[in-house]
Formats: sequence, structure tokens, C-alpha cells
Amino acid sequence: MTSPLYQRDREWHPPALAPDYKTSLGRSPKNALLSLEGSPSELTGPTFGHNDIDAIDNDLLRNYAKSGDPIGERIILHGRVLDENGRPVPNTLVEIWQANAGGRYRHKKDSYLAAIDPNFGGCGRTLTDENGYYTFRTVKPGAYPWRNWINSWRPAHIHFSVFGTAFAQRLITQMYFEGDPLIAKCPIVKSIPDQRAVDQLVAALDLNATIPLDSIAYKFDIILRGQRSTFFENRPEGN
Amino acid sequence: MTQSLNYLKETASQTAGPYVHIGLAPGDAGFDIYAQELGRDIAGPNAKGQRITVTGMVTDGTGAPVKDVLIEIWQANAAGIYAGAGDVEEGFRGWGRVIPDFDTGKFTFETVKPGPVAGTEGRMAAPHLNLWLVARGINVGLNTRMYFDDETANASDPVLNLIEQAHRRDTLIAKGEANTYEFNISLQGENETVFLDV
Repeated sequence: MTSPLYQRDREWHPPALAPDYKTSLGRSPKNALLSLEGSPSELTGPTFGHNDIDAIDNDLLRNYAKSGDPIGERIILHGRVLDENGRPVPNTLVEIWQANAGGRYRHKKDSYLAAIDPNFGGCGRTLTDENGYYTFRTVKPGAYPWRNWINSWRPAHIHFSVFGTAFAQRLITQMYFEGDPLIAKCPIVKSIPDQRAVDQLVAALDLNATIPLDSIAYKFDIILRGQRSTFFENRPEGN
Repeated sequence: MTQSLNYLKETASQTAGPYVHIGLAPGDAGFDIYAQELGRDIAGPNAKGQRITVTGMVTDGTGAPVKDVLIEIWQANAAGIYAGAGDVEEGFRGWGRVIPDFDTGKFTFETVKPGPVAGTEGRMAAPHLNLWLVARGINVGLNTRMYFDDETANASDPVLNLIEQAHRRDTLIAKGEANTYEFNISLQGENETVFLDV
């Protein structure tokens, strides 16, 4: 079981209700969240191993390829999962999903007119190594329109799901790409009140990690909630 | 000026969006890609205890079903032990992913009823499932719990008792008949479910 966690900074995260992101209007609780101190229900969490996934799962250029490579800009996406104390989070499951290079998702509910790519599924997963590192290979997703205002376009983004060691560390977020002018216009991005928190979602172009003449690279670190030290604590239960 | 504390900030959450299934349950998005999808079997074949089925629906502030929701479950086994925190049956993970029917919004999942677990302040918590909801329009995943209406331990559960408005405690209690429990979640409105900042 994990030690108690630092309180989640609710002023750093987007509020439940962000009116310019219209769907949040009807899906945001109106009552205050009930704040709990951590108990085993929140401080334990599922763990995953190499038996759960396949080595090819982190290679989106190959994990759904049928007749060749997917269309689009080949990218390496890499980084570390750390906690708020700066400690690596090893052996934790990282899952991603994304649109293809044209901005179309392989989902039966997505009817955008951009073409489905027969060689691209759009999801991947991996475990961080002992130092918290992860790597994916994929194509850069395209921007796409969505029905918020009638002319709303999502910046190119990749969805990330990360576990950590406690169920209360569970996090889903979206990664954006350095230099994309749509970031500053997106109501989902702008649901985050603090610009520094937005900047933290923008992956940097990482020329040191590119594969020359092959793939360009972006680096994206993910920070999960940190664990409190439990020295000098009152222990009413007597241990 | 003072020294810098040098803590990092938790990465801010963003909505899982309407296509969360592509990443976390691609079979439900309409394509097979992984040799095994994670979270399909919460309890595994060897789990002891009462086998139960849970059904329900997540609704929005207008009362309409939230058909694109994805719910993660995290629970102890029938002996009240979380996987990773003690010995559990082989194949028991206690974690799973639940997706409603895209047409009706109704969800169903099978598991075993958990035992009581240690709660806060050294008090025991009544048997419960921990739930985490993500969907389009939900900016930070929502945590809640599902308790069971046939458990007398609910009366002394530390979390249920922390809910100031006593009538709202009922929003966390599933109604059982035989081995089937019904649990509905309301994101907003008159019977809004109690959500937790854990």
C-alpha cells in the first residue's frame, strides 16, 4: 500500500464546470466533492506486468498494420512518469489513444469525413521501465473539428491514461504538440485555469531523441501525485 | 526570497473524450488490436465469496443516459484484501473496466462481493466497490463508492457517516435482490451522486 498522498491541487486541475466546453454543463456535479483522508481503498491500486501486454503494443506504426505503414508524420513519443517528489514511477501502465494523421478516430461513433487509415489502429500501451521511462512510436495525429461551437477544432493531441501505485493517483489527460496554434483556442485546453498547467501538457520537440532520416521525436513527462512522508505521525490505531 | 521547495506539480487532467474506448477498450470501439484487453474480468475464476451482478446507468443533469462513460472498478476480495496488499486468490485482480451499451446506456458487470476493509482512523469500512468515472464532459475523473443495501455495517461506515446530508448517503447504496444489485449514478441534479475527493 502507498503512503498517504499529497492533496490533489484542485486549482491546478480544470473545474468540473467549464461553460465554454459545453458538454461539461450537464455532466458536472453541482455539489462539493466529499474530501477523504486516504484509506486502503484509495491507497492501493491495480498493478500490471509484462504478461498483460505484448512487446508490439507500444508501436502504433506496426500494431495494426495490415498492408504497410500508416500514413503520416512518423514520431517517437517518449518521457518519464514521475511523482511530485521527482521520483520515477517504475512498472506502471501507460495507455495512449489518438486520431490518425487525418484527424479521424477508428471508432464506430466517429463519422468525420477524413479517411480511416487501414494500417492504423490508434492505440498503444506500455509499462514504464525501472527508471519510469516509456516510449511509443506512432504518427502525429491531425487536428479535427468537433461540435462545440460550429467552427471548433481540437489541436493535435494524444490521450494518456496512467495508473501509478494507488487508485487515487489514477490520471487521464491529453498531450499537445509544441507550436500548435490551436492549443490557445481550444475550450478543453482552456478549462485549465493556470497557464503553467497548460504548458505542462505541451510536449517539446526533442531533436536529441529523433532517429535521423526516420522519425522526429517529442518528449512528454507525466507527473502523478506524490506520497507524503509519515514520520512523527499520530497513530490512533496504536502501531 | 526563500529556498525553492522543488516539488513537481501533478499533470493536469483533461477529459477522456468520447473515444476513450479506443485506448482502454478497443473491442468496444469496434476493432480488435490487442491479444488481451485489460479489465474484462474483475474477480477471476478462483475468487471465493458471493458472485454478484451489478446493473445500472449513469445519467447527466437532464436525466439522459451517459452512453460514452467508462467506469473503472477497484475492490477487495471477499476476505477484505486488496490485490497487492496481501494474499488473494490466483487471478483475482479486483480491478476492471465497465462500459455501457452504446444504444441504451445500461451497464452490467459481474464480480464477487467484497468483504469489509480497513477504513480511516482505524475504523472498518463497510463492503464497497471503488468507482472512477471518465467521459466526454468530465474534466477530472470522478471517484465514488458503491455500498450494498443488505449490509448492517453501512450504519457505522466512516465515509457514509461523513456525508452531512443524510439523505444523500442513499446515492451510494446499491439495491440488491438475490445476487443482483442495481446502482445508478447521477452526475448532476436532484439525486446527484456523492462524489469523492480521495
